[in-house]
Amino acid sequence: MDAIILQILNGLDKGSAYALIALGLTLIFGTLGVVNFAHGALFVIGAFCAVTLNRIFSVSFETIDPTKVDFLGNPATIKTTYLEHWFGVGPAAWMTDWSVPLAILLAIPVMLLVGVIMERGLIKHFYKRPHADQILVTFGLAIVLQEIIKFFYGANPIQTAPPDVFIGTMDLGVWLGFEANAIAYPYWRMVYFLFSTVIIGGVFAFLQFTTFGMVVRAGMADRETVGLLGIDIDKRFTITFAIAATVAGLAGVMYTPITPPTYDIGVELLVLSFVVVVVGGMGSLPGAVLAGFLLGIVESFASMNEVKNILPGIDQIIVYLMAIIVILVRPRGLMGRKGVMED
Amino acid sequence: MSKSILTRRNVLQTGAAAGAGLALPTILTAGSHSGYTNAPTGSTVTLGFNVPQTGAYADEGADELRAYMLAVEHLNGEGDGGMLSTFSSKTLEGNGILGKKVEYVTGDTQTKSDAARASAKSMIEKDGAVMITGGSSSGVAIAVQGLCQEAGVIFMAGLTHSNDTTGKDKKANGFRHFFNGYMSAAALAPVLQARYGSDRNAYHLTADYTWGWTQEESIAAATEAMGWNTVNKVRTPLKATDFSSYIAPVLNSGADVLVLNHYGGNMVNSLTNAVQFGLRDKVVNNKNFEIIVPLYSRLMAKGAGANVKGIFGSTNWHWSLQDEGSKAFVKSFGTKYGFPPSQAAHTVYCQTLLYADACNRAGTFNPCGVGEALEGFEFDGLGNGKTLYRADDHQCFKDVLVVKGKENPTSEFDLLEIVEVTPMEQVQYAPDHPMFAGGDLGACNPGA
Repeated sequence: MDAIILQILNGLDKGSAYALIALGLTLIFGTLGVVNFAHGALFVIGAFCAVTLNRIFSVSFETIDPTKVDFLGNPATIKTTYLEHWFGVGPAAWMTDWSVPLAILLAIPVMLLVGVIMERGLIKHFYKRPHADQILVTFGLAIVLQEIIKFFYGANPIQTAPPDVFIGTMDLGVWLGFEANAIAYPYWRMVYFLFSTVIIGGVFAFLQFTTFGMVVRAGMADRETVGLLGIDIDKRFTITFAIAATVAGLAGVMYTPITPPTYDIGVELLVLSFVVVVVGGMGSLPGAVLAGFLLGIVESFASMNEVKNILPGIDQIIVYLMAIIVILVRPRGLMGRKGVMED
Repeated sequence: MSKSILTRRNVLQTGAAAGAGLALPTILTAGSHSGYTNAPTGSTVTLGFNVPQTGAYADEGADELRAYMLAVEHLNGEGDGGMLSTFSSKTLEGNGILGKKVEYVTGDTQTKSDAARASAKSMIEKDGAVMITGGSSSGVAIAVQGLCQEAGVIFMAGLTHSNDTTGKDKKANGFRHFFNGYMSAAALAPVLQARYGSDRNAYHLTADYTWGWTQEESIAAATEAMGWNTVNKVRTPLKATDFSSYIAPVLNSGADVLVLNHYGGNMVNSLTNAVQFGLRDKVVNNKNFEIIVPLYSRLMAKGAGANVKGIFGSTNWHWSLQDEGSKAFVKSFGTKYGFPPSQAAHTVYCQTLLYADACNRAGTFNPCGVGEALEGFEFDGLGNGKTLYRADDHQCFKDVLVVKGKENPTSEFDLLEIVEVTPMEQVQYAPDHPMFAGGDLGACNPGA
């Protein structure tokens, strides 16, 4: 039982990332009708916002320490961060420790800007082109963005720690009546799950309870009619694209302490997120979220030894197997709308 | 119906014909070959450096490329000469190889077997490379080694640690300087027994490809031989990034040791996840839970950050070694690039020098002659102490380093500390050892 609860928690955690990316994908597809293969790269840009802020906080000046030598036997250089120099040891240490949550403040404007530039600069020119063209151009863009990140940050994973207060595990088992440490779950993974539910809730509330959101939803349902009412739907869709980019970016920022980011981490998540979108139903925001969590949990259960002993390798194909079953049973996905991608 | 009459003349004739047939492969050895693939005709000779320049191992590939370029400089008499002066063989005098200036071409393996074979093929067929070297993955190394065997050029393997490279997939044209999974296990096991005792329950997480399988087999055999129990062996997809669903079952499995048969990004992520789940703070069976990373590299340790502290593993070479060869290489590399070389850089530098020296000693670039010069070659001064290139399987045998993640690093490079130098004798095995069985070197192929 404890193993099952642990895998449910893992699934919710993985599902959080899938849901956040799939939410953005669905928003873009639903509003602009664009299949955005560069969405995984937006997640990566967000993750590297956290890495960048950590590096900014680590920018330092060097002084020679004649009492020590470097690996070549030359006098060693001692590095002191400018942060420490300007604010003192305590505040500098606090800012470095909290660099991941603080990176959210950096990521929001960066991702909004990236979203607007991407949409206005490239993607808008492909609105009326076939989906195959959109896929090709966004996939190419994703490769370019990844290679730029690799050029600056290298190919190896970069360790980005959560704040010290969130290092370690919470003994959930004791609360549920199990033995001590039977269900110990990392604090940061719980933070990530809560963070994603807040973001998902925020996006839904924004679309549901604001005039802007109402127009966007109307545009998703019938773009031409909204345009005939004199509403500049293109401008709103640009903002929607930027919001979707920001959601993916924030998912990336908070994900860095879970898995050290690499330039290509977005590819795997993107492929899975497309499956999530299809399973959830093209154009359905609640469907994307539901499918994200569902596939996360199923994927976690498929990794259990008890399951793998019966079906070796099932952990590598379960997501796609689920997608096939769902599409066969419900061709429009779990919550798909009639008429979307059916013409 | 004919009747067969067996006469003495018939027996002699048949015997002579059979003898000539059997002797044919021997007659076709280096000495008798006048032609071979990409025989250099001008004043230069071209080597092919096939490394991952994109993909997951690109940083390791970049370090390998730096070392190759340094080796070429030294072979051509430029720079400070590096390990040329400490190498026990004295045929390399800074005048190229056999008097020909060394030039090189590079290829990008992308850490994919098909891409690696394509780039090696291109370097052989279009650029005229007489030798191919490189790789940061066993899957790639084995694939390219096979191609070089078919094409008739020497393959000097880079970073490849699978037993299979010089085991069931060994080839006459292929040579490996790097150590392997069996050697890691043989070196690590006594150290683990001394630190953690003989009564342990080990849980393996293993990258699901040739290197992971052979390392898992080697480590499990070595630890079981000293009394450890293997609780479970779980294969993980090579493309996995989040290992939480594989780590979670470890928590209540009864295991008190986790062996991560992962390398590169896999290792960084699995170790990070294991630490996140509090494994290092757990007490199981009244013992502190321990994590082992059998194959370490400094670049990996950098990626894993503070998580590597106190964790044991093995490595082929480390820049902090104080022998004359290592010091010369670190000085040369560090002065040129500003940071110490990785084990990947070291092994490919050595391979380039070993190839060049073998050509000089053989007096030819013919792969069969070069192969003969490398087979059974004993040398010293390249950073690993006395080393033997065994003729039976083309595997180098030398001391193996057992290392531990440093508790208090003094610099960004000072991440691993050497806890033991395991002597060569302790990591040797018979050529027909079951873990290496099933392959055949075959005959060398000079190509054209």
